[in-house]
Amino acid sequence: MDPLLEVRNLKVQFTTLEGMVHAVNGVSFQLEKGKTLGIVGESGCGKSVTMLSVMRLIKEPPGRITEGEVLFQEQDLLKLAKSSMHEIRGAKIAMIFQDPMTSLNPVLTIGHQISEALVVHWGIGKEEAFKKTLELLEMVGIPQTKERYKDYPHQFSGGMRQRVMIAMGLSCKPEILIADEPTTALDVTIQAQIVELTKKLQSQFGMAVIWITHDLGVAAEIADKMIVMYAGFVVEEADVYEIYENPRHPYTLALLKSLPRVDRKKHDRLANIQGSPPDCIQMPPGCPFRPRCGFGVERCEHENPGLMPVAKGHKMACWVDVTTGRPQ
Amino acid sequence: MAIPIPENHPAAIARIEKTQLTFLQLVWLRFKRHKMALAGIISLILLAFFAIVGTAFTTEAYSNVTDTSIRLMPPSQEHPFGTDTVGRDILSRTIYGGQISLMIGLVAMAVEVVVGVLIGAIAGYYGGIIDSLLMRFTEAMFNIPQIPLLLVLGKLLADKVPPLNLFGREFSGSVVVIIAVIGLTSWMGLARIVRANFLSLKEREFVTAALCIGTRNGPIIFGHILPNTMAPIIVSATLGVANAIINEAYVSFLGVGVMPPTATWGNMLNGAYQYIESAPWLWIFPGLLIVLTVLSINFIGDGLRDALDPHSLVGSE
Repeated sequence: MDPLLEVRNLKVQFTTLEGMVHAVNGVSFQLEKGKTLGIVGESGCGKSVTMLSVMRLIKEPPGRITEGEVLFQEQDLLKLAKSSMHEIRGAKIAMIFQDPMTSLNPVLTIGHQISEALVVHWGIGKEEAFKKTLELLEMVGIPQTKERYKDYPHQFSGGMRQRVMIAMGLSCKPEILIADEPTTALDVTIQAQIVELTKKLQSQFGMAVIWITHDLGVAAEIADKMIVMYAGFVVEEADVYEIYENPRHPYTLALLKSLPRVDRKKHDRLANIQGSPPDCIQMPPGCPFRPRCGFGVERCEHENPGLMPVAKGHKMACWVDVTTGRPQ
Repeated sequence: MAIPIPENHPAAIARIEKTQLTFLQLVWLRFKRHKMALAGIISLILLAFFAIVGTAFTTEAYSNVTDTSIRLMPPSQEHPFGTDTVGRDILSRTIYGGQISLMIGLVAMAVEVVVGVLIGAIAGYYGGIIDSLLMRFTEAMFNIPQIPLLLVLGKLLADKVPPLNLFGREFSGSVVVIIAVIGLTSWMGLARIVRANFLSLKEREFVTAALCIGTRNGPIIFGHILPNTMAPIIVSATLGVANAIINEAYVSFLGVGVMPPTATWGNMLNGAYQYIESAPWLWIFPGLLIVLTVLSINFIGDGLRDALDPHSLVGSE
């Protein structure tokens, strides 16, 4: 089946006073209809920039998409006129953000904010938009919809606001929902609720979801396929079971090792990854993960491994086979 | 972590009911504490009442009747505020002049707000070259001293605009000129405030979120960002009314503002200059009204500034 969204070799740079920041360095992935793609990686690895590029919301300048294609339903979004993007955003691809506290306009009622997309894309009247909005509020589990319609964001709790954001994102029944760390600002029980809600609505609407997170637990919960990003590169891509059971990249391995586990002994310290991510202005030659990697071989110093298949549907970018510790 | 209260629990319902206080109610609660601002509102209402209801007892034609045989009469039963240099009744002239002065204040403020907000919003939102051009233009306007510009433009344009008929009254064309000139020379401060607010607000996440649902630039500027910056605009507009009234009085006093026979509080002072001591009623009444109006508006502006300040809204319950 043809993928719904295909990103090919996306490169994004930002001009800063210190120099050119290479934020995204050739990211490629595919998203199939109705599936969920999880993107994990630490802060600053280019997850959000990749998604903002898909939405064409990178501020230019300082940002610039230097290379690549974003194919959505067989058209390249990067080549689309600005005005046509307005018809894609919200209607075909919607995006929700990390912090529901700041993503809602504090001076507009939530009803107004949810119905806005409906009015913009479907051109329906106020009354119909009102009815639809009440349905949406009910759908995302907000009680007393009629009263809540007129409320302002500050009258909602964090979890409720994220539900409002989801209602906003889903209002026009998009094909793809991009969720940029939607549960990071919420506490754990609310996180679980939001994940459940998204899964329920996803099967209801048959939409595809891209779920960005740095929480491997949440990603395992929701994703069908996962990609792991590091310093603007995709370092591993696999089916979600495969990646947890059979991680092939040293970075993925290290991430999984650093997860807290219930069965670990009380006095064991949590494993961490030494060092910090490379400077994206002066990217070292070779593999970007080399300085922090325990498996390094000589080849890593000067050659950056590209993504290569290691099993069916499993790709990773490393010169070393972590199962044996020998170069492959 | 707090245990969530079930939605139908009395505490949860009470919380929802408690938050029913709207923004305006909150602002009013704070505004009420500002006693001088309250006094300002009351006195402004009385002044408007004076200028509007007064017309029931006198006509504009009467306020323009000249009768040199009764010129410079002190206040009396027949002319409670006295008469001016050509024998016109000062009371009825302050009533009709008040309408003009207040109208000039309000309309000039509207011009100022429209121009200032448009320029500030566009400059702040789009940034880059548009911002540079608009802000250099704003600075250029700032560099022209306002009063001499008012005087020159007033003088040049005063007789270029024909009189016009509105609400059954005939206005001297100079009224329009003075409104336009005051409005178009006082928007710069507001434009800077609006631009500064737009610069910071456009980076906020709710703007990106609005972009993400396909909202276009126009609705984002006016529907999403502008409502967030209403407080400084309202305060600035309020003070703008007072400034416009003062400026009108100033140029009219110097004889290049609104042309007689149309009365304003400002041009009533024009003839009074030579009679400061011999006929003080010529300037006391219009002067007092100007001072009272401007003072009231400034107090209201102060009150609004405090009441609308989002930082002071916190903890105001």
